[in-house]
Amino acid sequence: MEIIQIVSIGIVSSLLVLILKEQKPSFTFFIILLTGIYIFSFIVKNIGDIFQLINYLGNKANVDGVYVDTILQIIGIAYIAEFGAHITRDAGLGSVAAKIELAGKILILVLAVPILTAVIETIVGLIPA
Amino acid sequence: MLGDASVIFQIAGIGIVVAMIHTILKQMGKEEYAQFASLVGFIIVLIFVINGISDLFQQIKSVFLFQG
Repeated sequence: MEIIQIVSIGIVSSLLVLILKEQKPSFTFFIILLTGIYIFSFIVKNIGDIFQLINYLGNKANVDGVYVDTILQIIGIAYIAEFGAHITRDAGLGSVAAKIELAGKILILVLAVPILTAVIETIVGLIPA
Repeated sequence: MLGDASVIFQIAGIGIVVAMIHTILKQMGKEEYAQFASLVGFIIVLIFVINGISDLFQQIKSVFLFQG
């Protein structure tokens, strides 16, 4: 039962943060950061399995591999941006977190350009000349 | 890949010890040594955290971005 381990780590690190907050507030930030990293490294294997399933389904459905890869990259960028934004917001830098989210959105849009182009080309091809 | 959750306990322990050293040195009137001890503890913890962040980014890259 991995979920029990993950929840226990969360509870223990919250207790440690509560203890340390009085004396050294900067160390609590590191504990929060490492807890996030540790929980992610617990679930990263399962995410890989899910992505293999998505790739398999895409191959079965004869979807172009570029599109599946793009979607996976978009999910990755969304996760990284979310992680960074949450960490910076926990550290009290709300404005930097907002900038990170903006950068994530723009990079996702850039990655989605080929897909959008393909959609528009398909629509144009449907219109009889 | 991180070994286990003991890193979190290590950081909490280092934090408590550094806070104690800081308080003792301050009571003794050595303000500058107290600041120095805090800084050293901070750097030690920072090394742990940087290793963790590097592992995390490697994992994210290998799973999300460069998968066939």
